[in-house]
Amino acid sequence: MTTASAEQTVAGQTVRQQVLVLYLASSALDSRTVGWSTYDGTGATSPTTGDSDVPPYASGLDALKDGWRLFQAAQLLPPQPGHEYDVSFLKHEFFFERLVQV
Amino acid sequence: MTHPHSKNLLSSVQMASFVATGAFRMDAVVPAEMNREAIDVLKAGIPGVPYGTPLSEAFVDSEFVQRLVQLPEVAGAIHSFVGPEPTVDHHAVHIRKANQGEAQNLHGDAIIDVRPDAFDVQLMYYPQEVTLEMGGTLSVPGSHLRKTNESDTGRYQNLLGQTRFTCPAGTVVFLHHGIWHGGRRNDSDIDRYMFKIRFNPTVRQVRLWNIEDLYDEQVAAELGQLFPWYENATGRLEIYNRVKLWQAITGDDTFDPDYWVTRVTNRPQRVVAQRTVNPHAKKELT
Repeated sequence: MTTASAEQTVAGQTVRQQVLVLYLASSALDSRTVGWSTYDGTGATSPTTGDSDVPPYASGLDALKDGWRLFQAAQLLPPQPGHEYDVSFLKHEFFFERLVQV
Repeated sequence: MTHPHSKNLLSSVQMASFVATGAFRMDAVVPAEMNREAIDVLKAGIPGVPYGTPLSEAFVDSEFVQRLVQLPEVAGAIHSFVGPEPTVDHHAVHIRKANQGEAQNLHGDAIIDVRPDAFDVQLMYYPQEVTLEMGGTLSVPGSHLRKTNESDTGRYQNLLGQTRFTCPAGTVVFLHHGIWHGGRRNDSDIDRYMFKIRFNPTVRQVRLWNIEDLYDEQVAAELGQLFPWYENATGRLEIYNRVKLWQAITGDDTFDPDYWVTRVTNRPQRVVAQRTVNPHAKKELT
């Protein structure tokens, strides 16, 4: 079976999505970065676990200033009754994208 | 096994550091001659052990591992964490081949494990010097109390203040069972070896270390650490959960230096406002 390529073009140029995920210290987009992940749809780089100690941006706002487009922010959900003191996943997750010409 | 000498047990400050960080490292604790022997031993493989085998019986076929766990400092640490005669959950030799192109996702071992008053530890032994390029284990200080299941954390590539482990040859690290970790990509030309053993306690883990310094000020300082990757609000919950664990393993439920636990569990039962003095209370009609 073959799968058709999902060709993306913008103004006649072939583009691919790069995704940046920032974890911030609070729900405010301009709060400091505490974690980060990147995924490169161009295939030019292969970011992976534990490959850097320095965040690419100090805050979510700094990523916007550099041209990244926010497309998802974590919802603010109240804790489940009885689990108010539990710690689990990082709460303040922001997904950004940019389209890169290939 | 004999009881370790108290000088080889962890101090309360060291134990508090473990409760805060989820890790305890002993640099170059294994003698050089054992490290030289280790690679061949690990290459040959360590005989398997049925789950739950008492430590004293687990390695009768591996003289090298017996010597490793009986090193005075190592035996003292094992006793401090899980007490006398723990059982061996499992062991494994991990090899990250030279120029191995993939890192493991960030994960916790086994399955989600939320015991509030007990924990397993994993001993990790690194017989070689581990450099940054060799992809030493990535671990995240203070992540061990997060309630997540195995590799559901795989989306997190880097967290501020993470530990990209490097060490001299012969280093042993103990990790709390819940800590987020993963083998990093080995970008060097050297195969990297690590041997791990998971221990289960068989006794209540209360005051198993050297408690002479139990009320040293540094204990509270260790337990009050915040790590750079903590969110502002959740960081406070980390302290709350840490204090609860410290109370459990010291048997002292009054320990609460910053009042996080006491404040939110304060529910006095004594009633002083009597209904008879309430002017809005209906009077009984006679």
